[in-house]
Amino acid sequence: MTTATDVHAHDDHHEHHPAGIMRWLTTTNHKDIGTMYLTFSLIMFLVGGMMILGVRAELFKPGLQLMRPEFFNQLIGVHALVMIFAALMPAATGFANWLLPLQLGAPDMALPRLNNWGFWLLPPAAILLTLPFTLALFGIGDGAVATGWTLYAPLSVQGGLGVDFAIFSIHLLGISSVLGSINIIVTIFNMRAPGMTLMKMPLFAWGWLITAFLLIATIPVLAGAVTMLLTDRHFGTHFFDAAGGGDPILFQHLFWFFGHPEVYILLLPVWGFIPHILSAFTRKPVYGYKAQVYSFWAIGILSVVVWAHHFLTVGMPVPALLYFMYSTMSISLPLAVLFFCWIANMWKGSMSFETPMLFATGWIILFGIGGLTGLVLADVAADAQYHHSYFVVAHFHYTLFAGGIMGVMAGVYFWLPKMTGRMYNEKLGKLHFWLTAIAFNMTFIPQFFLGLAGMPRRIPDYALQFADFNMISSISAFVLGLSQLLFVYNIVSCVRGHGEKAADKPWEGAEGLEWTLSSPPPYHSFTEQPVIK
Amino acid sequence: MNAEDRALANRKLVKKLLWVIAGAILFTIALVPLYNVMCQVTGFNGKTGNSAEQAAKSMKVDNTRWVTVEFTSNVMPGLAWTFYPKQTSIRVHPGQIELATYVAKNIANQEVIGQAIPSVSPGQASLYFKKIECFCFQRQTLKPGESKEMPLTFFVSPDLPKQIETITLSYAFYSAVK
Ligand SMILES: [Cu+2]
Repeated sequence: MTTATDVHAHDDHHEHHPAGIMRWLTTTNHKDIGTMYLTFSLIMFLVGGMMILGVRAELFKPGLQLMRPEFFNQLIGVHALVMIFAALMPAATGFANWLLPLQLGAPDMALPRLNNWGFWLLPPAAILLTLPFTLALFGIGDGAVATGWTLYAPLSVQGGLGVDFAIFSIHLLGISSVLGSINIIVTIFNMRAPGMTLMKMPLFAWGWLITAFLLIATIPVLAGAVTMLLTDRHFGTHFFDAAGGGDPILFQHLFWFFGHPEVYILLLPVWGFIPHILSAFTRKPVYGYKAQVYSFWAIGILSVVVWAHHFLTVGMPVPALLYFMYSTMSISLPLAVLFFCWIANMWKGSMSFETPMLFATGWIILFGIGGLTGLVLADVAADAQYHHSYFVVAHFHYTLFAGGIMGVMAGVYFWLPKMTGRMYNEKLGKLHFWLTAIAFNMTFIPQFFLGLAGMPRRIPDYALQFADFNMISSISAFVLGLSQLLFVYNIVSCVRGHGEKAADKPWEGAEGLEWTLSSPPPYHSFTEQPVIK
Repeated sequence: MNAEDRALANRKLVKKLLWVIAGAILFTIALVPLYNVMCQVTGFNGKTGNSAEQAAKSMKVDNTRWVTVEFTSNVMPGLAWTFYPKQTSIRVHPGQIELATYVAKNIANQEVIGQAIPSVSPGQASLYFKKIECFCFQRQTLKPGESKEMPLTFFVSPDLPKQIETITLSYAFYSAVK
């Protein structure tokens, strides 16, 4: 196993690293790997976005206009899998690769070769997931997985070829995340600069440490569940087949035992880096560091004992319903502590609203709406009404698009000057924020009302009374999708070296070891580890 | 920390983490039997136990109380049968042994084997609904066009919580699997 210290040994001849495609295939450099993760994530974000625009186009009017219902079902499920596993998770891992060594004062990640493997499993996984779309064009199989991303049995036991492809894709994605997590945990524990105790570590590292632990504890459960699905489909087992003594509800338990912690796997890295941004643009130190660390832990631990709130309507006995309701709601206590800290960080700060700060501020509000609507769904009595409706769709887009992706965007704008050495176009950045925030709300607020009025999710057609809200939602979704091109433009122009040169510390209030390095940082980050007092 | 020390420390920690992952995999495998045991013990999910004979002997009939037992049926996709209960409901005293009958008919032109899977609702009641003899204990074979009465002997345990007045027994008939 190669370790980071090998990087020292290579120092004298590091100019010889291979050029062109071989550089990327063989690289063990944390910044190269981080860049690959982030690039992959951006591409898959656009791919997943286009899929859902297909869905929104179909939902623009009642009736079936553009596609068969089967294809609609494929689009919604693959959209979710792509966005979660191929866009949001790689974005977080990309940031971990880029930033952890810089913030911890390390020369590189602890296990560079493992790191390379972790990334290169992703493109094949994405291909496996989407290949059935193409195969169907040639008459092979009936398209991609059409069960929704949750792969519920018995539908997924009966489904076509696409389910098998999705299962193998999930295996690869799972291995990739587990490898990434091992690397991150080892880096955080063993590679910190001398004097940086755990409780002096940046919050981003804390967020990721808990994410990594959640990943290695829950990804095996998902992998196990889909493997059982595979053997049910092809090898005559009956884990989820009632006729053979199995139980389809068991699949829901296994899936959500992974699925709920997954929500926090996606969010904790974002909660980690938002305080860095708030602190920089309020010119105040991070508020309530300890409280935030403890809240991370509390949420991480609670997240593995509340899974059944995703299927409260499945017919559980009342004591179980009450347990899952109260335990779910109790997560809002540590989350409220975090919200308090974020807002207190802004209190009486000398604030300025550059793009990262705009995104961070908007993020607090929108993620707050996501959290509050989650409380409604956790209520057993209310959930009977809202379960599987568009209310749920709107809720989790507030947590995952606003709470996840807009948070990541705040991070991209914040660290892009550090990564590329160039400033992005501030005007376009601000325009990107406002278009995103407005179009996002215009897309999903109508969906709350649709859900309250009883429109079910995952159905390609709807009753006439839902037409107006769907039209607003569809138009806004296209505006939302198109405004992301500004984001792409800003990133591409920085990467290609346009724009002003960025200072080593482009944000006056920013704190942390990464700002002590040049922009962009040297190929090997800290060849001499800094000492923290 | 010098290079070798760090390499050693990294390797040690990786090993520990691999153990955690192995533990998570074992836990997942263990969840399957655990889940079934839990359902049988608590009656979650309407799963009913089968061994009711021993309880039947030492039981007193509670004549002060009536419970309505309702019967429903489903034929799952892939089974060309018709299947319905002869009676939609029966009023019973807890502890009293009763007989109910379902009728199944094979409308396919070949011999078909089916397996009925019972489910009781509310789930809370499933612990107290006892089957002594049931067509769901074995697979059922029907010749083309054959129709068969399928009996079920059951009782409701007198321990049934007071607030439960109606119990629904549902059967889903599946095409039998290997
Ligand atoms: Cu959840």
